[in-house]
Amino acid sequence: MKGTVNKTSVTKYMTMFSRCTIAAIATLVGSAATAEYGLNMTEGVTDISKQVYGLHMMVLGICIIASIVVYGVIVYSLVKHRKSKGAVAAQFHESTTVEILWTAVPLIVLVLMAIPATKTLIAMEDSRNSEMTVKITGYQWKWHYDYQGEGVDFFSTLSTPAAQIYNREEKGEHYLLEVDKPLVIPVDTKVRFVLTAADVIHSWWVPDLGWKKDAIPGMVNDSWTEIIDGPGIYRGQCAELCGRDHGFMPIVVRALSKEDYKAWLEEQKNSI
Amino acid sequence: MATVDTADHHDNHGHDDHHGPEPGIMRWFKTTNHKDLGTLYLIFGLTMFFIGGAMAMIIRLELFQPGIQFVDPYFFNQMTTMHAIVMIFGGVMPAFTGLANWMIPMMIGASDMALPRINNWGFWLLPAAFLLFLSTLFMSGGGPAGGWTLYPPLVLQTGDAFPFVIFSIHMMGISSILGAINVIATVINLRAPGMTLMRMPIFVWTWLITAFLLLLAMPVLAGAVTMLLTDRFFDTTFFSAAGGGDPVMFQHIFWFFGHPEVYIIILPAFGIVSQIIPTFSRKPLFGYASMVYATASIAFLSAIVWAHHMFTVGMPLAGELYFMFATVMIAVPTGVKVFNWTATMWRGSITFEAPMLWSIAFVILFTCGGFSGLMLGIGPADFQYHDTYFVVAHFHYVLVTGAVFSLMAAGYYWMPKWTGHMYNEKIAKAHFWISTISVNVLFFPQHFLGLAGMPRRIPDYNPQFAEFNMISSIGGFVFGISQLLFVWCLIKCIRGGDKATSQVWEGAQGLEWELDSPPAYHTFETPPSEELIIKHAPTAH
Repeated sequence: MKGTVNKTSVTKYMTMFSRCTIAAIATLVGSAATAEYGLNMTEGVTDISKQVYGLHMMVLGICIIASIVVYGVIVYSLVKHRKSKGAVAAQFHESTTVEILWTAVPLIVLVLMAIPATKTLIAMEDSRNSEMTVKITGYQWKWHYDYQGEGVDFFSTLSTPAAQIYNREEKGEHYLLEVDKPLVIPVDTKVRFVLTAADVIHSWWVPDLGWKKDAIPGMVNDSWTEIIDGPGIYRGQCAELCGRDHGFMPIVVRALSKEDYKAWLEEQKNSI
Repeated sequence: MATVDTADHHDNHGHDDHHGPEPGIMRWFKTTNHKDLGTLYLIFGLTMFFIGGAMAMIIRLELFQPGIQFVDPYFFNQMTTMHAIVMIFGGVMPAFTGLANWMIPMMIGASDMALPRINNWGFWLLPAAFLLFLSTLFMSGGGPAGGWTLYPPLVLQTGDAFPFVIFSIHMMGISSILGAINVIATVINLRAPGMTLMRMPIFVWTWLITAFLLLLAMPVLAGAVTMLLTDRFFDTTFFSAAGGGDPVMFQHIFWFFGHPEVYIIILPAFGIVSQIIPTFSRKPLFGYASMVYATASIAFLSAIVWAHHMFTVGMPLAGELYFMFATVMIAVPTGVKVFNWTATMWRGSITFEAPMLWSIAFVILFTCGGFSGLMLGIGPADFQYHDTYFVVAHFHYVLVTGAVFSLMAAGYYWMPKWTGHMYNEKIAKAHFWISTISVNVLFFPQHFLGLAGMPRRIPDYNPQFAEFNMISSIGGFVFGISQLLFVWCLIKCIRGGDKATSQVWEGAQGLEWELDSPPAYHTFETPPSEELIIKHAPTAH
């Protein structure tokens, strides 16, 4: 009888504990999502970025579960098997069974993780059937965008004033993440990017699109995106060390509806 | 250690005509003694740890707040570049070589390293290399600022410092190769009769495997930087597409060195904690044989996964898939190691002296770095993580709370053996707790920064990253200053303290604990008996 009572109370405590934990995590993540600073990877605005986010959360979850198990055993040992509590050391030092077990189980988990990762990777690298192409060229320290076949091209340069950088003025909300002329692309359109660089290696990264890709002098890389979450402004930065002002060559993508994009493109062509 | 006649009253070793060290300062320049050279390597490593640490302090100071406050962005880049090279090649690697010098001969019952003169040269190359390397800071155009990975074409923009940087890296590489050859020659040839390979302490095993990795990796680095040199000065175009070369080829060659390199840094650390955890658990290491096989598997895998540092360079899909699969495979043998340490502690009789505290922290925090490594190995997710602070957090968890923590553990574990005195446990514990708390304040928020989108190697950032950067910097300052406690503890221990017994730790296994504390200048000139070896063999129980 007593045993049953104990077990029930243990289960109760366990439930309470897990509820508290979940509540705590939810509060933390929730407040972080609303707060100005983030704790976690963005879900982004494309199908790929959402897949990447899903993979990230899956692997993170597996790591958290594994760490709870491993750390749990370690902490239990540290508490229960200490000499000051009179623990006498056992002398076992081998067990083929458990060794096979803890080799095989991680292996199986890894294979299960690799399957969705492979699917996403294949999708990321498939830039066929794009509807338009923009050539991106990295310079020390700005970006150049060239709309292939449209005759529209321009540089995109940091627009944060030096006075803000050298602390003579209040820093704005988009400090270091603002440019004079953003890259404009339409939503719900498969846009292919070809990337290269003029001097040293740069890397074009907008977290909301879910990837970064190196822009390498003398080489051409390609990648693609299709923004499905509607118009908006998405910001990023150069991600490969490229010299003194590496931290000062941001990327701003302005996603417009298809009609607005067409109008914008016409305007650009006429203004040349 | 300092007296001339220590060898005489150690009756195990009979008569020999070279009794002790040469008096005076020249001893340290001319020495071929493995203990002297071990000491030199360790002091050098500690010195570089503080120089590299000072650079890290400058980095964290500039990142304390958004905006440019203290240093020019170009100097900031010099700091990130030199911090890495100083810490890796000047701090961690020489410190491990110092441990190898001190401990391997005593652990395998040898009288010295196999190649004592090469040993002296291997060490004395290092001060020369680093004086040259650090002097580049004062050259026109400043020190190297292209990142420790030295990617062309950026690195070719370095000023006058460029050839000096390349030459100093060559010297560091030669030093490492000489050290590796010496370890291999010693372990293969100088084991006492009866010291079979599977009776060797696990630290010797991990160092033997590390030495082979060094022989594999360091010449490749030498080749890569030589090609950089000829690209800059002799009009070759190995890494310039304009002349038919390929900048990405440098990255392949560099990481073919660079990935084994990270295991060169962590395998001896595995060895150290595999010595310490059984001692303070009073229980033999769980799965000695599987630890050896796991170390060898990790070493093999480390040589075939290099391009996971390069998922974003535009590799073909097949290449990306291969490197993803191979990379996550490393989790299996690494997992085996963590499980074995856990099983070693399980049902032990644990006490918490400083070496054990550092080792426990190593297991927990290295595992944390291992998990973020697994996440980075997932190719598609790496397209987000790559070159962000998430990566910075990851490799500092494996290098600082991994390699450096293991070095601290080793320092406290063998300090009584080296000096003959017990260290001050109170200072050691204060050092441990302040370091362990502050190092997490320092590096854990960097995971969040990276995930939220902060690239690495930038001197300034959007205010959305301000809070975590400030927290991280505060952790950094505390961690940096708290390392002075180690120096205090070390100096106190050298100058005096409770006399250490030869056994030092109740549960310690290994031939080094049969020797006096401090050991005679020359030890095991008569090899230990086979009974003694069997008594101390890791699988003896």
